[in-house]
Parts: sequence; structure tokens; C-alpha cells
Amino acid sequence: MTLLSVENLHVTFDTEAGVVEAVRGVSFALGRERLGIVGESGSGKTQTGRAVLRLIRPPGRIRADRMEFDGQDLGAAGEREMRALRGRRIAMVMQDPKYSLNPVMRVGHQLTEGLRQRDGLSRQDARAKAVEALAAVQIRDPARVMEAWPHELSGGMGQRVMIAMMLIPNPDLLIADEPTSALDVTVQAEVLSILDKLVRTRGMGLIFISHDLRLVARFCDRVLVMFKGRIVEELPAHNLMQAQHPYTRGLLDCLPRIGGPRTPLPVLDRTADWAR
Amino acid sequence: MALIEIDNLVVTFAARNREVQAVRNVSLAVEARESFGLVGESGSGKSTILRAICGLAPISGGTIRIAGQPAATRRGAGFSRRVQMVFQDPYASLHPRHTIDRTLSEPLAIHGLPDADARVVRALTDVGLPPAFRFRFPHQLSGGQRQRVAIARALMLEPDILLLDEPTSALDASVQAETLNLLNRLRAERGLTFLMVSHDLAVIDHMCDRILVMQHGAAVEELPREALAKAQMKTDYARSLFAASADRLLGA
Repeated sequence: MTLLSVENLHVTFDTEAGVVEAVRGVSFALGRERLGIVGESGSGKTQTGRAVLRLIRPPGRIRADRMEFDGQDLGAAGEREMRALRGRRIAMVMQDPKYSLNPVMRVGHQLTEGLRQRDGLSRQDARAKAVEALAAVQIRDPARVMEAWPHELSGGMGQRVMIAMMLIPNPDLLIADEPTSALDVTVQAEVLSILDKLVRTRGMGLIFISHDLRLVARFCDRVLVMFKGRIVEELPAHNLMQAQHPYTRGLLDCLPRIGGPRTPLPVLDRTADWAR
Repeated sequence: MALIEIDNLVVTFAARNREVQAVRNVSLAVEARESFGLVGESGSGKSTILRAICGLAPISGGTIRIAGQPAATRRGAGFSRRVQMVFQDPYASLHPRHTIDRTLSEPLAIHGLPDADARVVRALTDVGLPPAFRFRFPHQLSGGQRQRVAIARALMLEPDILLLDEPTSALDASVQAETLNLLNRLRAERGLTFLMVSHDLAVIDHMCDRILVMQHGAAVEELPREALAKAQMKTDYARSLFAASADRLLGA
């Protein structure tokens, strides 16, 4: 079943230096599965994710032949309808917990705000639910974290708080933008298994945006590789290591490996034909 | 005698009414021209050790010696000539309102070194940036270019020790490869000694000869590079860290 379908998506920014095309004609369909979008910074993967939620501010513009979520046309939806979708049905975990948590609000207050406003829960119920959500993302001492300010949390804790916050309304689609890039490998594995469990048990769709190809290969079902705003290759994740496109190959080969040779790491050749 | 000697280092931060021991009795020794890696999760105290060496973290026990000399409480000009640090986030570690030229020539001015102009141009060329970049501001550079500037700045005083605090974790994989290659080239050319912190075992393995695994502020296990590649670690924690990174290679 298709949850989200996007056809010929363009995201452009009118700047003083001319029109910048961040996303140029991206098409994909997503069911209740884990779709990975990989590419370097500037390849348009984040803008693709944001465009689905129509979170692109002017001067940025979104243009698409079709953008449909669960039968609803996202291109034609009004701001009120989008607000009803955002968070509740489609949630997004942003890249950097340092910038996406409100620095002057205690964590508990941020977690319960939606529950109190949107779902009209009592203070006590909201608090219980928030503590439960924090425990679900493996935060050891939820009561202390509820009272903490964002600056008192480490990157990994902040990111888990963000994930907890996004999962409270039980969305159908989660767009996770580099959710684990700020985390240690051990914590990264935990967060991934949390996300994995949610996709399996809740039947949630997941768009997983990352620059880490090996991580995506291991974690996702299908992968889109983006370069300069275009999808250059689409393949099942378990075949990622056999990718053919020179860009995908370049991204794979430049990673150091434990026990690998000490010779200089291969770097991307940006002057090749495919990079034009 | 090792170039960097740390004996029973303790770093304690006092926050409101509780004390946090960020580093607990850690000892290590780094030989000249060696590359030594510190790995562990966030909060394990690895960056704090680098900051303590530079005098940026309060030392409450133990000693730090550089080439046999105990580090003075106020790190003097001589110290900065020998030891320099490259920070994790090139978006935060460069002054946003100073041109690259100003950033790079400031250490020269402080230390009264001549030929600032030629040195800045050479420093930029050494890290693979066009000399014209000296007139740019940090926001006009990409993350990788900024980290190159941060490396150039650390090398302005021609130190023999570089403290590298997660120098590539803010960068793309492709840019990380370029930066690691640059660091290795500079180390070979100038005979530098690296003390490098990373949470990525593969990066540490690629860059370092010996590795110290840390957890909760304490040293867990020291390993030579060969033992890491063969997964010959003695402690469970080091093994779990290895397993978490090694399974990223599944299918590779």
C-alpha cells in the first residue's frame, strides 16, 4: 500500500545570485517500509524531506506534479490541513537536537506541550505519557530528564528526546533527518533498534535521511542515492554494496575500515562525467 | 621519555551542588611522532583529557608533562608553540566575523613572528586551499574547507603536537576522507605527534598506532592497532564498542 507518493518534486530558492535548484525532479513512492535517502550535504536530501511536510519557507518554492499522502493531495492542502497532518500523521526528527529543542523550556514542558494543547490531557496524564515516551527511547532516568534544560543534555540524550517527542502522537510516517549522526555507535545502535521496532510494530513508514551509506544499507529496505538534487540511483538496501553508479561507489569506498590499509583513502572524483 | 605523559589525571567539575568526575585517574604516554587515539562514547571524558592538556579543564589530580616538563598552571607562549588543538565543529571554532586571513595571522601577531603574509599563504596552500580564500569569511566556506582552515590555524606556530578533537565527525564521509588524508600527509611531512579523539573506531583505526578505550571517565583498555583489527580486546566494553562499529560493515 502506498502511503506517500511524490512525482517530479522540485525545490527552488530565488537568491540574489539567481535561482538555486536544491531538488530537481525527484520521484518516489513509499509504503509502510524503511526508505533511506543518502547523499552528501547539499545533495537535497533534507529539502526533499522538508518538502513533504511543506516546511520550506519563502523564498523557497515547492513544485511537484503530484505529492500525495494517504490519499490526500499535499500540494493542494491548505495551511490548516497541513497543521493537522504535521506531527500527528507525519512527524519529522530534525538533525541537530541543539537547534531543534527550545533552549528556554524544560524538556518535560516541551514533551507535554503537545499532549496538553492538542490532546487536551491533564497535567498528570501528559506527564505520565511523556515519561513513558522517554523510557521507550531508553532514557535511564526519565524523571531527571523531564526537569532538565536542553543544554544540560548530551547530544545523544537530546536526540532521543526529539525522537520521543515525535513518536508520542503515533504518526503514520516518520521523516528522520540524520537522527543518529550526532550519536555514538553504541547509542546509535539503540536508537536504530527503537526506530526499527516502531516500524515493525506500529506499521509506520519511515524516511531515513543519512549520509552514512553503511548504516543505511544495514537499516533500510530501499535506498535512494541523491546527488545535486537528483536521484542518481535507487536500489534495494541489501544490494547497496554492489552499487554501480560511480558516485555511490565513491561514497562507499571513502569510508575507513577497521583493519583496512593505511594508504590514503580514496576520494570522490568530482571532475568525472557523471558529476557535471 | 614520552613526549606527552599523563599520570593519574583527575578532572572534576563542580555543578551547583554536585560534583562530576569527568576524568578518573587516567594515565597515558604518547611517544614523539606517534599517533594515539582515544575512543569512547560521549561523556566518557575523552575530549576532557585534551582540554585538560590545554588548560581548558580544571585539573584536580595527577600530572601532565610535555617533553618531561610539567604543564604550568598558566600555559605560556612556549606551550602554544608546541601544542595546538583542532576542535570538532568547524562551524563553531572559527570566528564568524574575522576573515580567514585574520584568523590565521592572529597567532603570528601574538607570538611576534615575521612574514605573516607569506606564512598565511603557505599555510593555506599546505592544507589544499587556494590562497585567495584568505579574504573570505567562514560562512563563505563549506564545512570541509572550514576544517582545513582550523587545521591551518593549528599549524601556524609549527607545533609538534596536535590535539585532534573529533576533527571529522561534523563532515560528510567524502570530505572526511579528504581531511583524514590531509592530516596523515601533514603528520608524515612534519613529524607531528597526534593525540586524537573520536567515537568512530574505524577512523581511529585508520589514523592511530595505539588506542585507549574510555568509559565513564576511566580508562578501560589500551590496545595496539593490530589487536583492534583482530578483535583481540580483553574487556567486554571494548568488545561491545567494536561490535557496534563492526556490524556497520556487514555486507561490505
